Amino acid sequence: MAKIQIAMTVNGEAVEALAEPRTLLIHFLREQLNLTGPHIGCDTSHCGACTVDLDGKSMKSCTVFAVQASGAEIRTIEGMAAADGTLHALQEGFREMHGLQCGFCTPGMIVRAYRLLQENPNPTETEIRFGIAGNLCRCTGYQNIVKAIQYAAAKLNGVPLQEAAE
Amino acid sequence: MNDMTPTSAERAEKLEGMGCKRKRVEDVRFVQGRGNYVDDLKLPGMLYGDFTRSPYAHARIKRIDTSKAKAVPGVLAVLTAADLKPLGLHYMPTLAGDVQAVLAEEKVLFQNQEVAFVVANERYAAADGAELVEVEYESLPVVIDPFRAMAPDAPVLREDLAGKTEGVHGARKHHNHVFNWQIGDRAATDAAFNKAEVAIKELISYQRVHPCPLETCQCVASFDKIKGELTLWGTFQAPHVIRTVASLISKIPEHKIHVIAPDIGGGFGNKVGAYSGYICAIVASIVTGRPVKWVEDRIENLSATAFARDYHMTTEIAATKDGKVTGLRVYTLADHGAFDACADPSKWPAGFFNIVTGSYDFPTAHVEVDGIYTNKAPGGVAYRCSFRVTEAAYCIERAMDILAQKLGMDPAELRMKNLIRREQFPYTSALGWEYDSGDYHTALNKAMDTVGYKALRDEQKTKQEAFRRGETRDLMGIGVIFFTEIVGAGPSRNCDILGIAMFDSAEIRIHPTGSVIARLGTKSQGQGHETTYAQIIATELGLKADNITVEEGNTDTAPYGLGTYGSRSTPVSGAATAMAARKIKAKAQMIAAHLLEVHDDDLEWDVDRFTVKGNPERFKTMTELAWAAYHGVPPGMEPGLEAVSYYDPPNMTYPFGAYICVVDVDVDTGMTKIRRFYALDDCGTRINPMIIEGQIHGGLTEAFAIAMGQEIRYDEIGNVMTASLMDYFLPTAVETPHWETDWTTTPSPHHPIGAKGVGESPNVGGVPCFANAVNDAFGFLGSTHIAMPHDQWRTWTVAENLGLHA
Ligand code: FES
Ligand code: FES
Repeated sequence: MAKIQIAMTVNGEAVEALAEPRTLLIHFLREQLNLTGPHIGCDTSHCGACTVDLDGKSMKSCTVFAVQASGAEIRTIEGMAAADGTLHALQEGFREMHGLQCGFCTPGMIVRAYRLLQENPNPTETEIRFGIAGNLCRCTGYQNIVKAIQYAAAKLNGVPLQEAAE
Repeated sequence: MNDMTPTSAERAEKLEGMGCKRKRVEDVRFVQGRGNYVDDLKLPGMLYGDFTRSPYAHARIKRIDTSKAKAVPGVLAVLTAADLKPLGLHYMPTLAGDVQAVLAEEKVLFQNQEVAFVVANERYAAADGAELVEVEYESLPVVIDPFRAMAPDAPVLREDLAGKTEGVHGARKHHNHVFNWQIGDRAATDAAFNKAEVAIKELISYQRVHPCPLETCQCVASFDKIKGELTLWGTFQAPHVIRTVASLISKIPEHKIHVIAPDIGGGFGNKVGAYSGYICAIVASIVTGRPVKWVEDRIENLSATAFARDYHMTTEIAATKDGKVTGLRVYTLADHGAFDACADPSKWPAGFFNIVTGSYDFPTAHVEVDGIYTNKAPGGVAYRCSFRVTEAAYCIERAMDILAQKLGMDPAELRMKNLIRREQFPYTSALGWEYDSGDYHTALNKAMDTVGYKALRDEQKTKQEAFRRGETRDLMGIGVIFFTEIVGAGPSRNCDILGIAMFDSAEIRIHPTGSVIARLGTKSQGQGHETTYAQIIATELGLKADNITVEEGNTDTAPYGLGTYGSRSTPVSGAATAMAARKIKAKAQMIAAHLLEVHDDDLEWDVDRFTVKGNPERFKTMTELAWAAYHGVPPGMEPGLEAVSYYDPPNMTYPFGAYICVVDVDVDTGMTKIRRFYALDDCGTRINPMIIEGQIHGGLTEAFAIAMGQEIRYDEIGNVMTASLMDYFLPTAVETPHWETDWTTTPSPHHPIGAKGVGESPNVGGVPCFANAVNDAFGFLGSTHIAMPHDQWRTWTVAENLGLHA
């Protein structure tokens, strides 16, 4: 199939690459741009492992064609830490609260939680649980993921949260 | 020594050794998207493979035409059984002693069975090619119901076994029969039933489910023609076993095969066995001379690799009128699908199902299992389970509740009455296991006190009366269970896989500056081995966990081991780690004695150093001894400081726990709400309480999924109805209950650090606990046993059948 040139901004950088019109955004990111943080966990847009931030919305990157994201502003897990390597409060929170085990869902989970906290900086536990319902985790049982997001929210709001993962 | 010298306790704390809630080492890469999973791998010239699969559950293959597929731009090769047969690779041996078709030759035996493997220079082209392989089938009668598989006129499924009346586990009594396995004293058990004052009998079925880790099975095979060497990266829970199997199948010498399991996105038993995709990728790489990647999609994962359970257990308990159990009899029909690809230790065709007497003091018991073939996917893996222990725990814990109901006794009281008592350990069960240690009554009492069991029962009674008066449409159920697991397979006298004893290994090397690399034969899939093994070494050797690197998964560098499943990493490799560390410590002690000019026996160990007895100012720290090992060893001693241990466990370990669940059921909608779930686990010595708790949360969530919704279901012609995440239940954060965890600590007496393993306990105990809670909600209305999964539709149906909607 003939390839077309696709341009977008990913993690603050302008990128361009060739892809088929049918290429899914997740494959474009992983294979053309070598951004292997976002993962693939299903074929039906259920698992959320492929979640990226696209023009200010959480997006399952397996549900859009790369070409549909032409010109878009995308952020993946690789773009979450600060330029000097300092981890984002969410990345820190996931480690502090033991919010991950195999790590396969984690990039999608963190990127989704990032948008959730942008939209609702002070979510309740129920709001967090609904807010991440599009992202499946097979390892953690979610309880510590909720705590990790609460940790990040507190930190971003300047309230230190001392409670360690029991 | 001055006042600034840290105390032993302060020094111990700095090590972050055993008992510390140490933050995980592996998280640093995972939270930044820098994990290294198989599908992240990109090699120059790499090709992609994709399968053409059978739409039929049972059909004869009349013709395969690959010409259209080969014409797709980018497609380089299409493999079928005809290509594999001359190489003797169209069948592969299974871990259970059966064979499994790599690519179907004359017949397909389950829906989505592998028929052709298309290799292309890019993922989408391979998929295009797989669509265009034309296969002509002639459909055959299908056997889905395991209870019909052994009817005299049932269709013959495995024509390749025609005339074989003996299987690896003895006589086959029917063309769809795999094995018959019996254990226990039949005559004594029959006698117990003849004398029984009370008996119950129930068919307790554990539905077919699938482990469904978030990452599917995948591999990259790269054959170097010039060196004659194969490198195989893959999602392998047991990389060394894969290397041995790959060598036996391919005839490539084992030293020329390099198996590498990088980061794995969850396993839960799915990634123990060998699959057609691995063999086809290897063959395709040999044929094309280029690396070949195979990545299963989710539908393929759920429908073709590694189901679990599908056990149908007719269970009987004999008891006295006052509730003392006197005998247990279980007959099980085990549906193995089209090929027996169970991942059990070779001598155990039904795994450790004979743990089915559970936590109770049964004087006698008998178990019989018939394995059978049906037109379903092969597998029979231990999904977060130690070889059929989940089935056994579900069976006995349901049956005990049914007995309690018949006796009109509280289920907790019945359990208290029959639990093995502390003074009976080590306890030999009626079915031959020697339980290492336990304090069951303390655990169950603690659980009941913590949840306020009596108050809950009072509340339930009030609610039941209100329900009968028509004042509420809600039912309240309380599930109580007590489980005993058997993990840490296993002692070489009774456990092997393909003849390889189920030991495991650790190799520890101390560098001159006192930092460490440790390599193990196991393989983490999220359990946090890089963190916890370092903690064992830190405590054993007095070196900081942060200075210890743990490496697994590369068969070239790691010592041989049997891998991670069946909660065996801590009981077996954890023990090997402690033993290797102790060898190092013994050598370090000799070096210390030399340097301090005293006799070995005049030294004592204090956290991170050897001190001269009675003179603690004279000491050598382990860091100093590491340096000395490389330049100042006693005359005649070899320099260096490293050790390897291959640990053959003397016994299994027996973690246990008491779980209590409270559920509210709306009889009009069938909706269930888990109000409370309390889990008390005793896994012996606790290495990292944070990781233990995480394991329990995860295992309980999988148990919740299984009990409340998961099922791999087939229609009568063998279409798999639940092969995507649309239909197969994986709970989200919204449905998942809140977990309360607790513990007691009863160390294993035979394990070097007293640890028992924990990863699977919550799944073993969780499933019957949810099931008992739902059953308990309906029990007072006359219902005795409701089959899993307890999804909304089924629960509504139970209420409907009880006439509650009238
Ligand atoms: S891969 Fe599962 S939702 Fe995108
Ligand atoms: S950490 Fe494994 S799927 Fe979430």
